Amino acid sequence: MLEVQGLHTHYGRAEILADVSFAVGAGEVVALLGRNGAGKSTTLKSIMRLVRPTKGEVTFLGERISRLDPYQICRRGLGYVPEDRRIFTDLTVVENLEVARQAPRAGAPLWTLERLFHLFPNLAERRHRSARAMSGGEQQMLTVARTLMGNPRAILLDEPSEGLAPVIVEQMARAVQELKAEGVTIVLSEQNLHFAAVVADRAIIIEKGRIRYTGTMRAALADETVRATYLMV
Amino acid sequence: MGFYVVQFLTGLASAASLFLVASGLTIIFGVTRVVNFAHGSFYMLGAFIAYSLVKTLPLGPTGFWVGVVLAALAVGVIGVVMEVTILRRIYQAPELFQLVATFGVVMVAKDAALLFWGPEDRLGPRAPGLNKAIELFGSRVPEYDLVVIALGFVVLGLLWLLFNRTRWGAVVRAATQDREMLSALGINQKLLFTAVFFLGSVLAGLGGALQLPRASVSHQMDLSIIATVFVVVVLGGMGSIPGAFLAAVIISELSAFGILIFPKITLVLMFLVMVVVLVARPFGILGKPVPDVGEPVQSDETLTRLPSALGWAGYVAVVALLLAIPMLLSEFYLVLWTQVFIFALFAASLHFIMGGGGMVSFGHAAYFGLGGYGCAMLLVRAGLPMEATLLLAPVVAAAGAALFGYFCVRLSGVYMAMLSLAFAQIVWSVVFQWSDVTGGEDGVNRVWPSPWAKDRVVFYYLTLTLAAVGIFTLWRLLFAPFGYTLRAGRDSPMRAESIGIDIRFHRWLAFIISGAAAGVAGSLLALAKGFVGPTWVDIPRSIDALMMVLIGGVQTLVGPILGALTFVILEDRLSAFDYWRSAFGLIIILICVLMPKGIVGSGRALIGRLGLGGGGER
Ligand SMILES: Nc1ncnc2c1ncn2[C@@H]1O[C@H](COP(=O)(O)OP(=O)(O)OP(=O)(O)O)[C@@H](O)[C@H]1O
Ligand SMILES: [Mg+2]
Repeated sequence: MLEVQGLHTHYGRAEILADVSFAVGAGEVVALLGRNGAGKSTTLKSIMRLVRPTKGEVTFLGERISRLDPYQICRRGLGYVPEDRRIFTDLTVVENLEVARQAPRAGAPLWTLERLFHLFPNLAERRHRSARAMSGGEQQMLTVARTLMGNPRAILLDEPSEGLAPVIVEQMARAVQELKAEGVTIVLSEQNLHFAAVVADRAIIIEKGRIRYTGTMRAALADETVRATYLMV
Repeated sequence: MGFYVVQFLTGLASAASLFLVASGLTIIFGVTRVVNFAHGSFYMLGAFIAYSLVKTLPLGPTGFWVGVVLAALAVGVIGVVMEVTILRRIYQAPELFQLVATFGVVMVAKDAALLFWGPEDRLGPRAPGLNKAIELFGSRVPEYDLVVIALGFVVLGLLWLLFNRTRWGAVVRAATQDREMLSALGINQKLLFTAVFFLGSVLAGLGGALQLPRASVSHQMDLSIIATVFVVVVLGGMGSIPGAFLAAVIISELSAFGILIFPKITLVLMFLVMVVVLVARPFGILGKPVPDVGEPVQSDETLTRLPSALGWAGYVAVVALLLAIPMLLSEFYLVLWTQVFIFALFAASLHFIMGGGGMVSFGHAAYFGLGGYGCAMLLVRAGLPMEATLLLAPVVAAAGAALFGYFCVRLSGVYMAMLSLAFAQIVWSVVFQWSDVTGGEDGVNRVWPSPWAKDRVVFYYLTLTLAAVGIFTLWRLLFAPFGYTLRAGRDSPMRAESIGIDIRFHRWLAFIISGAAAGVAGSLLALAKGFVGPTWVDIPRSIDALMMVLIGGVQTLVGPILGALTFVILEDRLSAFDYWRSAFGLIIILICVLMPKGIVGSGRALIGRLGLGGGGER
């Protein structure tokens, strides 16, 4: 479904990603794990072309997307949820969602406002309120819901559990599982091993911009050296 | 009573048409962050096009309204053409390049209007059926004014509906906040920008077209409205439509009633209000902090070091060559080169605060003009000798810079630039309206150098010396501890503050030094020409300085000098032609599009690409 091949990304002269390659199958949930500053967010942004990689190819559904603009990538059915939420605080909740609306897409679940409010009940109560006045957890739900308005076939989810209260993390995990059940392919970057363990099938571990490990989530958790070397915070 | 009501309504009618134009500009700025100088030209073109359409459309009385609407749409198309052919290519460049490019469009539009409509002002027809006046409390109000007021409210309402009740409006509001996120959500930014330019330009065109029955259509409409519109947009808060409406009413009523109370200072009044508001509310009445989209200057490659020994040798060689010019060239070129030096100093003074301090001034002509007028006043009116005026005139400019800079350095980014523009306009208004002292529109003549310096060759050397000393002093300062502090404040203000540096004070000092240097340039030009006039302080002169710095390349020391050289020579070569302004504008646009790093920056990039750089510098 999504193949990343030999991605190199620089910020100024600093090399942030070096030869990042991996593939994600349809319907899979893959966790991109790594410490602070490992390059997880940069990987997702490079796929989305929000930062321009210096080298490398990305294909999505068999089509090369590494020359497209972000909006074109999104319109191919690849959604992106940023780590810092970036909701539009001048808009209401419903407006935030409407802005991201796209036409129904073959092979992807169709999201309506009602379905999204069902998935995230907290949003329903505030639908006409300004997005500015929401708690961090509600804002996080709104960013995910907003991306779903594009009816994506796959989404890149950057640290959905970051800075959230345990109850909300649990809600978020349930939402991810529901998406998975709908057949949405998910790549999520995580530092919360617990969260990743609950939702992910496979783990990709990145450190200093290089892929260090790929395997099933279960195997990664079971492997003492992997845990000790890359995942202990 | 009746008189005041009428005065109020007249003010409101002006406010309504001002609002139309300002709302367009504020929408464009809010989404694209382009400070579009051409907006005033679009307003002018709207009026001219409507004039022609209304005259020629064979539709009888409805022809007027059809003509107005068609003119607005035509201007919308012109806006789209500008966006697609020019701005789209340079959104990646520093913001100021877009501004300079739109100023190129101002020049082209001016010539286009001259070509199509001739040099005379045009008196438009009255609106059919609305050419009477209504009696109100014993005074008379033109019916058309009431219609314009109503239209102002209608447009305000429609814009409100558009932005608050449609998906497109929500997209635009989201874009003012986070364009990148929007693109990751599937919104085509290019299309959005183009649409926004269309809407904004339509509003400018509509504003111009509706002026037809109220005032004659003139070639001065473009720059005379743009300053006012900037004030309105900044006052209201950049990007805020209700803010623009409120500010348009405040400004228009202020001049409607101000003219009764202070007829002498009407022009100054508006800018004073802007200063007061910005000092109290740095983001305008209803504005929000503008998300920063990159500083005007990229810090990593800026002014990292003074020229090496070899570099200095190069400069010495250049100066030696310049010293020899009088022996090599005719008198005509001496005059030209004298101007090159003067403008090089002027550009270097602006570059000093831009490159060194990250401060952008849209009003640097103020200090140039204060130097020029200071020189003229002291020499002609006070009868001081030239030597004394050359010392004192820069002090006048520095005093102005100290006063204005005190407020400017409190703001940053576009707001600071706009405040500096407002101050320059204050100086301009004073110069223009205080004619007993300044000579008003005619300026001051007979500003001659002392007899010993009258000779062109002597004056050439005098200018060369002063300009070179000035420029080298500025450079030296940039690489003295003062300059490092300044740059620390530019690149990481928080950190600089935290280690106990008073950034504001350093910035203020830099502003004053820069003003003094611009003052030297201004007084030299006054002596060179024997004349000063209000155009010296006007917007185009300020933009000239910006162009020189940007054309040359703000990241380098020599950039501004090469920019001034290019500028003066281009202007001299082109001014022989009838339509030199548009040729000049086109060249400016081309430079912006093709060399977004300036001449020096792009030259270096080219050398680098050809592998001739020999490493080292990047
Ligand atoms: N805009 C930027 N400019 C320069 N360097 C950056 C920029 N963004 C990130 N970096 C650097 O790139 C590296 C990787 O950052 P990235 O955000 O991808 O890490 P991450 O794995 O997502 O970390 P975190 O878990 O903290 O979100 C870090 O060293 C970071 O400092
Ligand atoms: Mg991250």
